[in-house]
Amino acid sequence: MAEYLIKNGFVFDPVTGVKGDKKDVAIRDGKIVDSVSSSAKVYDAAGKTVMAGAVEVHAHVAGPKVNEGRNYRPEDKLFGTRVRDSKDTRMTGGFSIPTTFKTGYSYAKMGYTVVMEAAMPPLYARHVHEEMRDTPIIDQGAFPVFGNNWFVLEYLKNNEVENTAAYIAWLLRASKGYAVKVVNPGGTEAWAWGLNCLSVNDPVPYFDITPAQIVKGLIEANEYLGLPHSIHIHANNLGNPGNFQTTLDTFKLAEGYKTNNKFGREQTMHHTHVQFHSYGGDNWGNFESKADAIMDYVNANPNLTIDTGNVTLDETTTMTADGPFEHHLTELNHLKWANVDVELETAAGIVPYVYSPDIKVCAIQWAIGLELALLAKDPMRCFITTDHPNAGPFTRYPRIMKWLMSKESRDERLNTFKHADKVISSTLLAGLDREITFYELAQMTRAGPAKALGLAGTYGGLAPGMDADVVVYDINPEGPFTGEDIERAFTDASLVFKTGTLVVENGRVINNGNKRTLWVDAKVNENAQVMRDVEEKFLKYYSVSLKNYEVQGHHYIPNPYAIEVDATSEV
Amino acid sequence: MAKTVTDVICPFCGTLCDDLEVQVSDDGTKILEVYNACAIGAEKFLHSQAKDRITRPRMQQEDGSYKEVSYDEAVEYTAQMLAKAKKPLMYGWSSTSCEAQSVGHEIAEAVGGVVDNTATVCHGSSLIAIQDVGIPSCTLGEVKNRADLVVFWGCNPSHAHPRHLSRYSIFPRGFFTGKGHKGRKMIVVDPRNTDTMKMADVGLQLEQGRDYELLSALRVAFRGEDLPDVVAGIPKERIYEAAEMMKNARFGVIFFGMGVTQSLGKNHNIDIAIMVTKDLNEFTKFSIIAMRGHYNVTGSGAVLGWQFGFPFATDLSRGFARYNPGETTSNDLLRRDECDAVFVLGSDPGAHFPISSVRKIAHLPSVAVDPHITPTTEISKLHVPVAFVGIEVGGCCYRMDNVPIESRKVVEPPEGMMTDTDFLARVRDRVVELKAQAPVGTQSTAEAQGA
Amino acid sequence: MADAIRLNLISGRTIQQGVAMEGGKEKPAYTEACGIIEIDPADFKKLGAYRNTNVLVTSEHGSVVVKAIEATQGPHPGLAYIPMGPWANAVVDPNTYGMGMPTFKGTPIQVSIATNEPVLSSVALVQKLVKE
Repeated sequence: MAEYLIKNGFVFDPVTGVKGDKKDVAIRDGKIVDSVSSSAKVYDAAGKTVMAGAVEVHAHVAGPKVNEGRNYRPEDKLFGTRVRDSKDTRMTGGFSIPTTFKTGYSYAKMGYTVVMEAAMPPLYARHVHEEMRDTPIIDQGAFPVFGNNWFVLEYLKNNEVENTAAYIAWLLRASKGYAVKVVNPGGTEAWAWGLNCLSVNDPVPYFDITPAQIVKGLIEANEYLGLPHSIHIHANNLGNPGNFQTTLDTFKLAEGYKTNNKFGREQTMHHTHVQFHSYGGDNWGNFESKADAIMDYVNANPNLTIDTGNVTLDETTTMTADGPFEHHLTELNHLKWANVDVELETAAGIVPYVYSPDIKVCAIQWAIGLELALLAKDPMRCFITTDHPNAGPFTRYPRIMKWLMSKESRDERLNTFKHADKVISSTLLAGLDREITFYELAQMTRAGPAKALGLAGTYGGLAPGMDADVVVYDINPEGPFTGEDIERAFTDASLVFKTGTLVVENGRVINNGNKRTLWVDAKVNENAQVMRDVEEKFLKYYSVSLKNYEVQGHHYIPNPYAIEVDATSEV
Repeated sequence: MAKTVTDVICPFCGTLCDDLEVQVSDDGTKILEVYNACAIGAEKFLHSQAKDRITRPRMQQEDGSYKEVSYDEAVEYTAQMLAKAKKPLMYGWSSTSCEAQSVGHEIAEAVGGVVDNTATVCHGSSLIAIQDVGIPSCTLGEVKNRADLVVFWGCNPSHAHPRHLSRYSIFPRGFFTGKGHKGRKMIVVDPRNTDTMKMADVGLQLEQGRDYELLSALRVAFRGEDLPDVVAGIPKERIYEAAEMMKNARFGVIFFGMGVTQSLGKNHNIDIAIMVTKDLNEFTKFSIIAMRGHYNVTGSGAVLGWQFGFPFATDLSRGFARYNPGETTSNDLLRRDECDAVFVLGSDPGAHFPISSVRKIAHLPSVAVDPHITPTTEISKLHVPVAFVGIEVGGCCYRMDNVPIESRKVVEPPEGMMTDTDFLARVRDRVVELKAQAPVGTQSTAEAQGA
Repeated sequence: MADAIRLNLISGRTIQQGVAMEGGKEKPAYTEACGIIEIDPADFKKLGAYRNTNVLVTSEHGSVVVKAIEATQGPHPGLAYIPMGPWANAVVDPNTYGMGMPTFKGTPIQVSIATNEPVLSSVALVQKLVKE
């Protein structure tokens, strides 16, 4: 019986409502408990901050496009390449697209214990799972993409929600996926012909359906199944001046739907990396922030959760299933372009990008990301991400925390941009005095994302019975501290327990943990039509056979954590 | 009686056909018949059954002959060789599973080896070009469902990827390509009038080694600019004609092979082929796909990528991953005497490297892990025969378009034969033991710096 | 004896090479598939040799005896083709010019008649050449 007691830390836990009280956290056999015996190993956290393990709601950390990013950017390994920490760990490398080992270790050092891979092309699901298997410590799940999938387009053209749901259940099982991801609905299918869908009403070539129909239908199917997570959407028109209107149009598609799930999830739509979707103006000259219009809507509509997509002002590697956007980006910055169109399912593009503080647009993007978080009235519905690696690497989270928690730090950055005046006049940031508190940070990085993912009973909190993912940061929340102290403390945690195992001590990885792969096993009534459609499409249009499609076995998922959903009904 | 195993993956080339049917004896020990495979694939399955197959490791003797040894002895020799070496070359990895590659990488990390795969003599040029200019591409199913124009440049799939044309690129009827080959135009560029060129609508028999000029001329033609009368032996009218066909395609694709990667210019030939493709995306939709050779060379690049960040030629000898083609590539290491032991698995450099490199292998401590007898096994100090991946043991493989498919086991290997993953795992465990025993001062400098 | 002719050598896969390779590189079929050089009829004329004559192929990088056959995928005057394998690799240009890839295609060679010289098997050839 392994018992630990973390004593005297300042605890921040939205699940139990503890706001910085000095409390002890007890761990037994991988779970949080009320108390432990006197034989428990004791860690003194006096003067330090204690939180649950953080939960990453959206990052591109495993799979074909991430790996193409690694392989086609040897220059990304110039920095951040290191010999191994200890004989039990592996060598690491890469900055914006780190190796899998570095990904696991870096997240763990920052106190993250759950990370969701944001876009899995189902045909490449084995690749995603092989990488996640080689990413130590952190529990992971992956979101298969549905927004341009031919089955979905054909069913939803005819409003066949039940068939869509049955297909989703089948594909989640085949790909061992976690949630319904939607990227540029319809636009990526259009990209197979070199075209795009820039509004929710642009028809998809040949399939005769609009993005709005796809999104609404997927919400209905998601709630029909009662999946742990809501649909997780990246809307049309990403990255373009004036796109905030498309974003609002997309938000509105979720109006009127009710959640249906047993996991405590309250939203029907999660919109990701909203920073890239909150732009005003109609060209790069009058480009400006519309974070206020976006957050007014989000604040007023509790059926919605978002994540920020903060720009970190680094050289990074953009990658997305939004194929047409990456082509657009390579035309703008003329850096090397990789693209893969995936039969019947999706596409992906990759382009390196330098978010320079000397470029006005980049600085405005930086400001917008921070504004979204600072304007959020409910921190349980707004989560911090960088859409890693798109707006910057996840290893910069502590720096974003610094900017959010210290007005002094972010003003120092804002006022020293090359085009500071123009940036300030195009954004709201200079007028925002709010500083995110430790408790709000725990909401935005722990309890909030865990709840949105339908994992509130397991992760993101310190209530007895929950998984013992516990982090101690070397910072006294009662102060005094500077912005730099925040960044330093959240970069290298003092202690990280993952399911009750000490994996990080004083910023060094000491144990590879017991990583699990999350997936959703949704049961539906037998659906002969969908199975016939599946067989037909594999026979005629896929380049692999149906029997070689499903991801199975220990090699891919050595330690599965299946979440069961029963959507069968009496016939 | 016999049973039939369906949906079998063919472990020969990067086309990775997954529709083979293999008839197996009832006791699961014999392959009786192979259906749907090309001649090469069928031969691979059937030859695995050869009566004269080597089933135990063999050590080279003073007189050059070979003597059978046990797997235990083979593990010990291999582990000792790798643990003692300062910079062993660990080459091959293309005819094996991702599982085996992963274990091999653990060994390489422990001993400070250089991991290189067959891309080094195949599509390494392409990987370098992709690092220079990116790559717009697609899966083979996209070609089947959408492509109305297919270009084969410096490749001869009729011979090297025999079912490529029928499964993916020319003949199949797909979703938007209901007319099959009647709805597709085919352009072939090659210095020979190959069997693939003989099927083409447009065949451009260029002067050998002038691919860069011809690709460059296409870029000129796309822009409607003037060309000299003849480029690379091709009259300009034919170049303009090909350029118009490409621009007017609805969905085009270029497949390319060794004709461009191995001719002078090498990665630069691929650079400009990719830029041709990028140009065409101004007019229509175009992709480019490398015709990868070995059935899992792509997987080796993938696993190296996520574990170390580079697709081949990865030098771990300093305790962190380095990559510098021309320095960390197998032939350069061998020619410059920069490695002091050679471990080969899943490839045959003895047959496929220039003889000057093979000579170096023959004079170094060397281990070849291969189910077959090959020129490599016959010049190595130790030959370790193993079960055939994709026939006698399953495992993950990556197709030429990076699509991962799990290969199947269809028969049992001969009694007592190890799989390559098992052999590697035992070598790894022994190497770790040896390294732990090593007296201070003999571990790699990088590890010392890391401590 | 007729003078040697100069040709430009490339190598590559053939289906016979693939089948024979999988059938066993130590077997005679592999030698038959790959221990050959494909030459254009026009070059045969210059060489003054019959089809299926053994020839000595020499380059700056080595030499090898193979059987000369008529080009199967021609015409391609001036160009010679030896299927990928140890016979081709006995003479190809190994220089990588600093990027890793030997120059397998485009090696200047001389071809001369060697009627009485045998074509060695893959194993015998490599074992002989590594001792040189």
